[in-house]
Amino acid sequence: MPTIYARGQKGRKALALPNLSRKEEELLQKIPEGMRRKESPRLPEVSQPELIRHYTHLSCLNYGVDTGFYPLGSCTMKYNPKLHEDLAWLPGFTGLHPLLSEEEIQGALAVLWELSEYLKGIAGMPGITLQPAAGAHGELTGMFLIKRYFEDRGELPRREKILLPDSAHGTNPASAAMAGFRVVSIPSDRRGMVDLDALKRNLDETVAGIMLTVPNTLGIFEEDILEITKLVHEAGGLCYFDGANLNAFLGRARPGDMGADIFHFNLHKTFSTPHGGGGPGAGPLAVSEPLVPYLPVPEIVKDGEKFRLNYDKPKSIGRVHPYFGNFLVMVKALAYILTLGDEGMREVSAAAVLAANYLRVRLKGTYKLPYDRLCKHEFVLSGEGLGEGIRTLDIAKRLIDYGFHPPTIYFPLIVREALMIEPTETEPKEVLDTFCEAMLKIAEEARTNPALLKEAPHNAPVRRLDEARAVRQPILREPFPGN
Amino acid sequence: MNPYIPHTRRDIEEMLSAVGLPDVEALFSDIPEEVRRRFQPLGLPPRDEIWVHRYITGLSQRSTGTKLIPFLGAGLYDHYVPPVVGHVLSRSEFYTAYTPYQPEISQGTLTWMFEYQTMVCELTGMEVANASMYDGATALAEAVYMARRTVGGKAVLVPKSLNPNVREVLATYVWAAGLELVDVPYDEQGQLTLSEIPEDTCALIVQEPNFFGVVEDLSSLKERLGKAFLIVYVNPIALGVLEPPGKFGADVVVGEGQVLGLPLSFGGPLLGIFATKMEYLRRMPGRVSGRTVDAEGKEGYVMAFQTREQHIRREEATSNICTNSALCALAATVYLAALGPEGLKRIALLSMERAHDLAERIFSLPGFRPAFSGPFLYEFAVSFSEAERAVRKLREAGIAVAGPALLEKCGVKNAFLVAVTEKRTPEELDLFVRSLSSLAGKE
Amino acid sequence: MVPKDLRYTKDHEWVRLEDGRARVGITDHAQKSLGDIVYVELPPVGKEVKKGERTATVESVKAVGEVFAPLSGKVVEVNETVTKSPDLINKDPYGQGWLFVLAVADAKEVETLLTPEAYEELVKGGG
Repeated sequence: MPTIYARGQKGRKALALPNLSRKEEELLQKIPEGMRRKESPRLPEVSQPELIRHYTHLSCLNYGVDTGFYPLGSCTMKYNPKLHEDLAWLPGFTGLHPLLSEEEIQGALAVLWELSEYLKGIAGMPGITLQPAAGAHGELTGMFLIKRYFEDRGELPRREKILLPDSAHGTNPASAAMAGFRVVSIPSDRRGMVDLDALKRNLDETVAGIMLTVPNTLGIFEEDILEITKLVHEAGGLCYFDGANLNAFLGRARPGDMGADIFHFNLHKTFSTPHGGGGPGAGPLAVSEPLVPYLPVPEIVKDGEKFRLNYDKPKSIGRVHPYFGNFLVMVKALAYILTLGDEGMREVSAAAVLAANYLRVRLKGTYKLPYDRLCKHEFVLSGEGLGEGIRTLDIAKRLIDYGFHPPTIYFPLIVREALMIEPTETEPKEVLDTFCEAMLKIAEEARTNPALLKEAPHNAPVRRLDEARAVRQPILREPFPGN
Repeated sequence: MNPYIPHTRRDIEEMLSAVGLPDVEALFSDIPEEVRRRFQPLGLPPRDEIWVHRYITGLSQRSTGTKLIPFLGAGLYDHYVPPVVGHVLSRSEFYTAYTPYQPEISQGTLTWMFEYQTMVCELTGMEVANASMYDGATALAEAVYMARRTVGGKAVLVPKSLNPNVREVLATYVWAAGLELVDVPYDEQGQLTLSEIPEDTCALIVQEPNFFGVVEDLSSLKERLGKAFLIVYVNPIALGVLEPPGKFGADVVVGEGQVLGLPLSFGGPLLGIFATKMEYLRRMPGRVSGRTVDAEGKEGYVMAFQTREQHIRREEATSNICTNSALCALAATVYLAALGPEGLKRIALLSMERAHDLAERIFSLPGFRPAFSGPFLYEFAVSFSEAERAVRKLREAGIAVAGPALLEKCGVKNAFLVAVTEKRTPEELDLFVRSLSSLAGKE
Repeated sequence: MVPKDLRYTKDHEWVRLEDGRARVGITDHAQKSLGDIVYVELPPVGKEVKKGERTATVESVKAVGEVFAPLSGKVVEVNETVTKSPDLINKDPYGQGWLFVLAVADAKEVETLLTPEAYEELVKGGG
């Protein structure tokens, strides 16, 4: 794939910029000699048509939700409504500086306040911060809140461990460790749920909390959720809920009613804001009453018809974002909530869970389904046993040939050769059926012509890439001649 | 049915019958009955597109601040965003994709990531860059965590001239890690003065140019620090004319990339720049794209060194970061490619030229003095005995600057901060000076 | 294929006893389940390790294998060649792919190691 550096010629320009009225040298003299740049950075030199063609070409090598079915488990790759994109780009939002005075930013504060109220309602919890820029940032903020809470109560350093089911997302243990907690893994039982006996054995006066994903990463709702949160609370710990899977019960159940103390939203999953090829997202955090005093500053308060910022929160952990969080992402989420209303949100979870269960029953005879029970918005198959030497990776790559984005693979770790499938609510039944047929065909090919899978993909922009080489002989930037 | 769900009644019936359930409600029988019973809706009706369009547009028009002329910077700047950036970002193959877990159908994303890494290395003078962090502030916090993992130590030396909003984020992270912020003072030039370096120093942070707009001298800092990290927090536009921190032995260069083709957006999304030395690659947070070949020998890109990351190393990962600021990094890539080396320099110089014009005229007014005598590029602090009044006067004329409250957080009294970009016109500069002239002479 | 002249651990390390010293590597089974090995981190020579202590790291593209000290002792030699060519571990796990040599502190600990037969059982059982 040629990079932009392979295009253009020295001296080409893509933009007509104003001229200087002073001499360049005169301006540069204002910088002390030692700090003045000696060599120009090697940046591309391209004309505007070359620039646009290059990035248009690159875009064509990508696969997005607008290209086709994207059943990437845990990521909720639903359709991203176009109206919401346009609304986020309104000049009244993009042109606004966050350090203007309160009176000058009332429209933006109205967006934040209104979204806050809806998210609190959806979570069934009394406190919120919109600052976290992503789900993992929300987790980290949650861990900071837990830390401050126990610090304030004089229970540190005693409460030093965070319990985590072995099916947890990787961000969970990483966030807990980053905040200085020790991670203790709790095994899953045969149902694919938290093993209550193992949980009880680990509940003592050193527990700071538990991080749960609801439903869990197998797509299974923890039937003992009320018992789990009760046990943790009795031991003096707090309950963190990873909200990546909110699409499974949106408009039907609230984490606050399940005993959650902290719950993060992924606006870029449940609330339809696009993922941007890796971000930006947004990870607002709802909290229970005891944690409200510790939330980041500033707090957005409604005073009659006016909104103001409250910095007077002496117990706050401080800021986790330099301003108010990923504001433009929040505009899109607010537009989504307003479009759907209560009824539309209930339809989301119904359609997402129905689609997942439909795929589950259609595929389970052919593929191993290690936890065979009613699933929520996603489920996990195993790619084992399809044929000699066939691995999940091969199935995934072959799906590309059939025009689909592969599911999440090799996660959760508790299923060997895992294939984690999340169809979301926005796919027509015809697409679900075509996907099933492709999956069944691939299982057949695994027996009859395994090379087709092993060598897949055959019609992607590139064939299977040598990932080992990228690490053994790292090239992480353009190697210019003479470098 | 909401407009994004394509299922017909018949589809639903067929799927339910395949699953063997009588109705949709049965899909949720595994949620405890007690939880379902407690559920309360928001009380929101569904709305049509026209209503939502009108309503949100109304909210966007309620902020009067967008009508002000922004001489307000203080970390985020009103640079010109060329339309080429928006046009590339609006390709939905880019913005509706997830993280490039499947490289064969993500070559678009992986290729621009590689380009971005190259450009960041070129700007900063560093050997390796990641594919973005959330924003400059959290990138800085992550750099401090990386310093602690690498060299240990407890003291994080932070100049009083660091952006106060960035400092507040850093303070939260530093508290959580059990580290300690140690203030580094500045002199009358506005530059940091590093007297002694505590033995347990983990890192020194230098903002370049600093919050007052003053250019810091980076030479000999690394030599004095020894193994402790030199972390430089940059404004990447300034690197069009400033020597890259890599030349001064910086261990990590971070920065706020909003200036590279992103609008102000009420402070988010932003772009966290992160670059370091090759020897610290395995300690670096975030994603990296690497060049390799496919089964037929054709060049391509993959996410490399993933074993550092949370999805593999879990509690021992270099960071918990997963979702980052990819699309913002794409904006920066297109912006830098559009400008080229000369264009980037031009933007920095145009901003400087206008800033120095304005500064000269303001400081010729009696009573208005530069708060600091050090060299500056396109932002500067103005001292005036009635700074609040001056700021009010500017507001009345439709001009926004960063008021005294922000500078007071850095220990500067009776001053305001003025930022000038290439977008400011001679008429706007005139208006600025005219608005202040009635106050001139008040000491 | 489990070589008969070596001893093993349940964590898939092999040990070759050489006159008071123990040469350590990872087994063929371990290298196969990791896949293409791309990176090796070895302990510094002179480091004292306890049995079961994390002593080296072997990474493939998408997995990390921790190598635990099979016995207590002092690291007296490390295989610098595998840090440059980690694929040697894939190609020749019991030969050129060795990782480090320990001066064994407590000869009695050797009895805790698995015999080739016991290790073979373990692998067959899905361990």
